[in-house]
Amino acid sequence: MTQKETKTENKQEEELRIGAFICECGINIAGAVDCYAVADYISTLPNVTTSVVNKYTCSDAGQAEIKKAIKDLNLNRVLVASCTPKTHEPIFRACVEEAGVNPYLFEFVNIREHCSWIHMWEKEDATEKAKELVRMGVARAALLEPLESSEVPVTDAALVIGAGVTGMQAALDIADMGHKVYLVEQGPSIGGKMAQLDKTFPTNDCSICILGPKMVEVARNKNIEIMSYSEVVEVDGYVGNFKAKIKHKPRYLDINECTGCGLCTEKCPVEVPYTEFNEGIGARKAIYTPFPQAVPLRALVDKSICIDCGACIKACERGAIDMDQKETFSELDIGVIVVTAGFDVYDPEPKNEFGFGLYDNVITTMEFERLINASGPTMGKVVRPSDVKPPKRIGFVQCVGSRDKNSHIYCSSFCCMASLKNAQLLKEKYPDTEVYIMYMDMRTPFRMYEEYYNRARNMGIRFIRGRPAEVTENEDHNIIARIEDTLTNEIVNLELDLMVLSVGAVAPESTETVRQILKVSKAADGFMMEAHPKLKPVDTTLDGIFIGGMTQGPKDIPYSISQGSACAARATRFLAQGKALTEGITTKVDKDICVGCGVCVPMCPFQALSLENDKLKILTALCKGCGTCVAACPTGALEQSHFKNEQLLAQVKNVFAYGEV
Amino acid sequence: MTEREWTPKIVAFCCNWCSYGGADTAGMGRFQQPASTRVIRVMCSGRIDPLHVFNAFLEGADAVLVTGCHIGDCHYVNGNEKTQVKYQFLEEMLQQLGLEPDRLHLNWISASEGERFANFINEVTAKVKELGPSPLKPAGVR
Repeated sequence: MTQKETKTENKQEEELRIGAFICECGINIAGAVDCYAVADYISTLPNVTTSVVNKYTCSDAGQAEIKKAIKDLNLNRVLVASCTPKTHEPIFRACVEEAGVNPYLFEFVNIREHCSWIHMWEKEDATEKAKELVRMGVARAALLEPLESSEVPVTDAALVIGAGVTGMQAALDIADMGHKVYLVEQGPSIGGKMAQLDKTFPTNDCSICILGPKMVEVARNKNIEIMSYSEVVEVDGYVGNFKAKIKHKPRYLDINECTGCGLCTEKCPVEVPYTEFNEGIGARKAIYTPFPQAVPLRALVDKSICIDCGACIKACERGAIDMDQKETFSELDIGVIVVTAGFDVYDPEPKNEFGFGLYDNVITTMEFERLINASGPTMGKVVRPSDVKPPKRIGFVQCVGSRDKNSHIYCSSFCCMASLKNAQLLKEKYPDTEVYIMYMDMRTPFRMYEEYYNRARNMGIRFIRGRPAEVTENEDHNIIARIEDTLTNEIVNLELDLMVLSVGAVAPESTETVRQILKVSKAADGFMMEAHPKLKPVDTTLDGIFIGGMTQGPKDIPYSISQGSACAARATRFLAQGKALTEGITTKVDKDICVGCGVCVPMCPFQALSLENDKLKILTALCKGCGTCVAACPTGALEQSHFKNEQLLAQVKNVFAYGEV
Repeated sequence: MTEREWTPKIVAFCCNWCSYGGADTAGMGRFQQPASTRVIRVMCSGRIDPLHVFNAFLEGADAVLVTGCHIGDCHYVNGNEKTQVKYQFLEEMLQQLGLEPDRLHLNWISASEGERFANFINEVTAKVKELGPSPLKPAGVR
């Protein structure tokens, strides 16, 4: 075994004294792994001074035991065999550091996620494997070297990407704690999807009435700089020291001169039968303001339809319009990043689901929101698209694009409540309307939501457990939905004047772009992935980058706002301290061995390597410690600290053994 | 010890950001796997040196897995693209050594793809079980 060789190599420095702590994690590990057998085996390995079993090594008592053992037994290496380093390595590193051991002399072995949880019914196999995993760890621990993490200053500014309600909340909270915020929004106004909604559950208060003042508050806050109609195109750097490049798309007018008075829009002769804000319903001009409550309330030109007639230029009293405007870029120095890039609603058109795209009178929830909205294209009068007449029989179909193996298997969580809300609004406005909700399960958790559902039942809204198996249209353009009601075991042919598809949330392409720029992990549902589903719900695995709201997965408004605040709190920790610690893992070169061949130089994606007088020069501040250059070095002159060849090869060697364990 | 069915020994090199997380997620989802695989964590799949892979085979590995983030998702911009290049070289070398192609695999697994990780381990283990112990395995090694 390697340990003997190791011992001789390290002898001149100090005697190795490894303490191994095997965690039972209640029965999470002990249920499959005989932890005492592992500890007994480990105690026979060279350099192991002590080897003990804890019920919960990460608990206060467990950590106290580690610290006590370090002091009493003069340990200089600590190994914990428990769960994943992704969540617990920082905890144990801090623990050993408090007891005077360099945090990089700590070795973590995963015997839960990688052993007990995946071999739940093979106890013998799991125990043998755990012994081997810990043996590999002991071999590596013997070769670990102390490293210093460096303290870096943090630029006192945050970048918030996406100015929906979550991003606005995050920006306001960070700004109110006294820090500079750049709030970047790809659309021409802040506000996000919530600005388009009519009313919001469970209080049925008008969405823009509660959002509008918040939008104004964001605009008025001296610490917040809104960059609307702008996109993040590049982000470099690391926690505390990010550099972001922002593209400002041309509005074709000077945003500082425009007052949003609307004279230009009045005079513009070009009209298209499409409005972004109204989900395509209604018409707008080639020069327009996005919506009446927009922040900033500034116009923009749709160059794809503008005929360059100059009418708007003549109409503008402030001379704000500049048809030659080009896109511009700004470079920002920032310390932390919060991503609140929102969502798209599912598009049922490509597959013509439930007749959407085939029949005029099948619409989506977002279209319905604009139709029933008092400031929408119909001034809040609900009419159906085919003949602009008020519908008397309306049905909502739940789980369109959600909980469906053919599109997205996840539940979008807000759609049940959204349909209950829209059904109630219809009943309030037009009491004699027949309203149906066709569902699989009604999901109404959280305060006042179940009560809200009961209220809908009491209002006479009809619930059919089953979704249309077939949708057709008759000569009056009425929709015929054929449904199996699984509560009554009957086939129902429901004739409706208007059918609304309760479409779920999907991760937008723009979010994917931002995700790739930042290198945040993607979850199976396509949204961004948090560092831990319970303990770190708004952190990412990248220091200094946080995610909130729909960016992290479908959720409703209260939950989104909570996450906005959570992101602000998590991010501001760095800004308030003004410093952050960076990993000590970097590449080092042995100049005596390096022949200056330069093979490694193009391997580095961060330009940390260069040749100077035929010798390699490393700019350690730029090195992120991936080790790709090390694997490319033909002479062995390069080494990645903490992942040195001898450390990795000791692990490899100790996967195997001769004879019985 | 009772006589048990032979289980291959597989060394899996996993990157810290994606495939190691995928192995974690497999555990969180309790996706059961044969106890064949030993994960060795590196920061980036780009750090995986052909030397490590050869060493694993010479020490007794019945199969070696090289894993990392999906192309375009590398935490270090494009380390996995460099892994891909090195992997082609590794494949050729192992072929020349006379090793069966099923003993070396490259796979991109994200941190959320626990089931994918487990399926991968199940599939490779089954294939290698059919092949039997690696011809490079030193005598007496388990």
